[in-house]
Amino acid sequence: MSNFPFLSVLTVAPLVGALVVAFLPRHRPELAKQVAFAWSLLVLVLSVVMWVSFNAGGDRFQFRESYTWIPNWGVSFTFAADGIALVMLMLIAVLVPLVILASWHDAESSKRSVPVYFALLLVLECTMIGVFAAADVFLFYVFFEVMLVPMYFLIGSYGGHQRQYAAVKFFLYSLVGGLFMLAAVIGLWVVGGKTFDWQALSQVDISTGTERWLFLGFFLAFAIKAPFFPFHTWLPDAGGAAPAGAAALLVGVLDKVGTFGILRYCLPLFPEASKWFAPWALALGVIGIVYAALLAVGQNDLKRLVSYTSIAHFGFIGVGIFAFTTQAGTGAVLYMLNHGLATGLLFLVVGMLIARRGSALISDFGGAGKLVPVLAGVLFFAGLASLALPGTAPFISEFLVLIGTFTVNKPVAVIATLGIILAAAYVLWMVQRTTQGTLNPALTEVDGMRKDLNLREKFVVAPLIALIVLLGFYPKPVTDVINPAVQATMDDIGRTDPAPSVGGTVQEAGR
Amino acid sequence: MTELKLPSLDYAALAPILIMLGVALLGVLVEAFVPRRLRHVVQLTLALLAVLAALTMVVLNADDRIITAGQALAVDGPTLFLQGAILVLAAMALLLIGDRSVERGGAFVAQAAVTAESADDRRQAEGRNGLTEIYPLTTFAIGGMLIFVAANDLLTMFIALEVFSLPLYLLCALARRRRLLSQEAAMKYFLLGAYASAFFLFGVALIYGFTAGIPGRVAGVDFATINAAVTESPASRVLLFAGMGLLAIGLLFKAAAAPFHVWTPDVYQGAPTPITGFMAACTKVAAFGALLRVFHVAFAGAAWDFTPVLGVVAVLTMLVGAVLAVTQTDIKRLLAYSSIANAGYLLVGVLSPGSEGLSGTMFYLVAYGFSVLAAFAVVTLVRDDDGEATHLSRWAGLGRRSPFFAGLFTFILLAFAGIPLTSGFTSKFAVFGPALDGGHAWLVIAGVLTSMVLAFPYLRVVVMMWLSEPGESTPTVTVPGGLTSAALMIGVLATLVLGIAPAPLLDLATGAADFVR
Repeated sequence: MSNFPFLSVLTVAPLVGALVVAFLPRHRPELAKQVAFAWSLLVLVLSVVMWVSFNAGGDRFQFRESYTWIPNWGVSFTFAADGIALVMLMLIAVLVPLVILASWHDAESSKRSVPVYFALLLVLECTMIGVFAAADVFLFYVFFEVMLVPMYFLIGSYGGHQRQYAAVKFFLYSLVGGLFMLAAVIGLWVVGGKTFDWQALSQVDISTGTERWLFLGFFLAFAIKAPFFPFHTWLPDAGGAAPAGAAALLVGVLDKVGTFGILRYCLPLFPEASKWFAPWALALGVIGIVYAALLAVGQNDLKRLVSYTSIAHFGFIGVGIFAFTTQAGTGAVLYMLNHGLATGLLFLVVGMLIARRGSALISDFGGAGKLVPVLAGVLFFAGLASLALPGTAPFISEFLVLIGTFTVNKPVAVIATLGIILAAAYVLWMVQRTTQGTLNPALTEVDGMRKDLNLREKFVVAPLIALIVLLGFYPKPVTDVINPAVQATMDDIGRTDPAPSVGGTVQEAGR
Repeated sequence: MTELKLPSLDYAALAPILIMLGVALLGVLVEAFVPRRLRHVVQLTLALLAVLAALTMVVLNADDRIITAGQALAVDGPTLFLQGAILVLAAMALLLIGDRSVERGGAFVAQAAVTAESADDRRQAEGRNGLTEIYPLTTFAIGGMLIFVAANDLLTMFIALEVFSLPLYLLCALARRRRLLSQEAAMKYFLLGAYASAFFLFGVALIYGFTAGIPGRVAGVDFATINAAVTESPASRVLLFAGMGLLAIGLLFKAAAAPFHVWTPDVYQGAPTPITGFMAACTKVAAFGALLRVFHVAFAGAAWDFTPVLGVVAVLTMLVGAVLAVTQTDIKRLLAYSSIANAGYLLVGVLSPGSEGLSGTMFYLVAYGFSVLAAFAVVTLVRDDDGEATHLSRWAGLGRRSPFFAGLFTFILLAFAGIPLTSGFTSKFAVFGPALDGGHAWLVIAGVLTSMVLAFPYLRVVVMMWLSEPGESTPTVTVPGGLTSAALMIGVLATLVLGIAPAPLLDLATGAADFVR
């Protein structure tokens, strides 16, 4: 089964589905939803099969396929996945069906074509899978840029308040980053001997000055995408305006392209420059953790609040990547997965709450738990997962990042730990002001607030909750896959972990 | 008296040019002898057949690498590639020019000499059939462009320049509606074009002087002589630089590069939209074809001298085009500034040394030509009672009214913005790659930075069309007849295909990227 062209089929399948859904008659929205959902389940099943056939102890890159595309420029459709990519692909495959299910009625309020909304979600899935599966720098760039288009229309056409502004800001920010990367991609192509193959390029020796410029080109694009402080200002707008499902994909998956890109492209291709810039990147990460958390505390808009928490979490991921230890790196990749699950859940639940109330402002809520106890409970759980409570999956990743960083850079680890306290502050205050305390009398007059989670919504949250708890107690299946890939990345930049000072306990915690 | 020797003519190699000019003359006869009601059909068929026949000859000549007509014309890879490009794009433009389904009587005026805005003028705008002289004029222009890209000496090049410019000046003045704007555009284009021609001619004279005095060689303005003179001439280099500068002004004017671009927005706005498309696509190919030949063949030895200057012109062109595009409120002017910025990207390609830069530039020309013709095809469709609605505010909510055409236009705009999977991206790569390879990192960085700026106006149009609510004054999109539809679909498909599978055309361009000297 391992010869099956998983990655290309996975990339193309959602696109075919999108075409089918887009051409369904506009007056049959239910059919479009069902087809889209079934299609995304199909992709999920295929991804699970792929996960099972991945050999964790095998080659770094598996499922490699390569087809000629533009021979004149040395461009080919090359797909390959390492453990990091595999985990992200799995995350996409899990999130998309849940997002489709959660967005069942989202498109109807916008007066726009319902089938197109679901078709756009599937196009987005195609580009997201492509970007993680590509092993050709040109192909990666193509997906990286094309990804903007469906997201732009999802935000701009189906979003809420200020959607136009948010969509344009999102598009322009990403495009600016992308164009810097384009210059670097062309530069890499020139110094790399006119090839775009990742494996060939990773063998190329580049002069120090050139390497630093190329690193900057890529890093800027990824830092905007992730986003890291100070390139983050588009995310709260985009996250605040996007429909909840699209927002969940935006921060859950799309932004991971940034951190994934740093791990896959910046570190292995420009190892010297990565080490040279690492202190700066660590500083950006730490500032992001504290600054975004402080801003999150002050937000009155639920979706913007969740967006800010994401920026803080991306600070953690950045610190984990640039600490250059296997533990911190594994923690960062695990964080990418767990953040996708936890923040995805948080966004979806917040979306359900907002859909009921008809407002995203925290001050419009208060005591909602008395009306919708189950929903309030799920929100509380999602919040706890987001603040990395022990027993939930994010705890493990955050812990790994912190101890992995502590072994090499104590000040950064100590400051980053502050982020945990601030996380508790913004999550608990948010939960308190929305679902706890005395009931806001205005809430009882809103019809929606009298309906607790229905069956469909329970189906949306249940798998995510199960995964968060499961991975919180037993992350081994995932770390087994991630570890070799992170190890290989660390080898690429020539860093070895410092010897543990106290027996092997620290290492053990990482396994 | 010295004996005059007739130069040998390779008629097969010259066939495309002869066909176009011959049919243009035939078109003049048609005007005289064919009854009025038949002229439109006869002329359009004749013009299209001529283009097809010429294209066939270009394809048959594909392996020619010769200089013929006594050093006057070079029929080599770049010539044939660019002639083919001009003919294909001209065929698309002819489809737009010949369309009479979008507007009753076509996009052209019925009587050009009637006083603008008078009662007569309004009557003729109401639906009398447009002039049919436009076809021979267009055919002459195409013929001139075919000579322009093949010209192997500066005098032939100058004559070709005039042969294709004069019909264009006239065609600009023939818009059916907004006659004053159209006449103003033509006047402006004519006056500035005349200045540019004069500069060009002065340049030719100085270069002629520069080539004099090499032992064992006769002075001349053919490219081989100039090329030899650049390295060997005992004359002052000032002559060379002044001559080169003046020539460049003449050519850069046609290419719409800053600071010789000021006519572009006015002319693009005032000219009948099919003619605007024709100019944006075919004139650009011709102008850059000539620039490539002049700078890569004649002045190749002076590359160190002209590269910094042309580089500055390229950066300036990109900046002016991109920055001023941001402030535009009229779609035709916006596309004009976008075309200026694209001239800047093309100049980056011209400055890239070697055959890769050459093939990249030629690829860019074809890709851009298809997209821009499709863009102007859409512009002809968005109209109200008073003709085309070109003000951007009128395009608000167009995506709701006519999602199909708004979708096509969005796709073209994304191509202009350089989003992958469109020809806009592959063509940018085709010029930036060789430029970086040739050590012009600063040009590439300027190109990337201006692309960012330029993305904003395109995106604003997309926002207008899709994210704004349709207003009272949002016009409808006229469902086009066969001709415009064909041109539009060809343009959009080419934009898509060249974005996804550029390899065949790249191969063709690479194979053609070698001048005979």
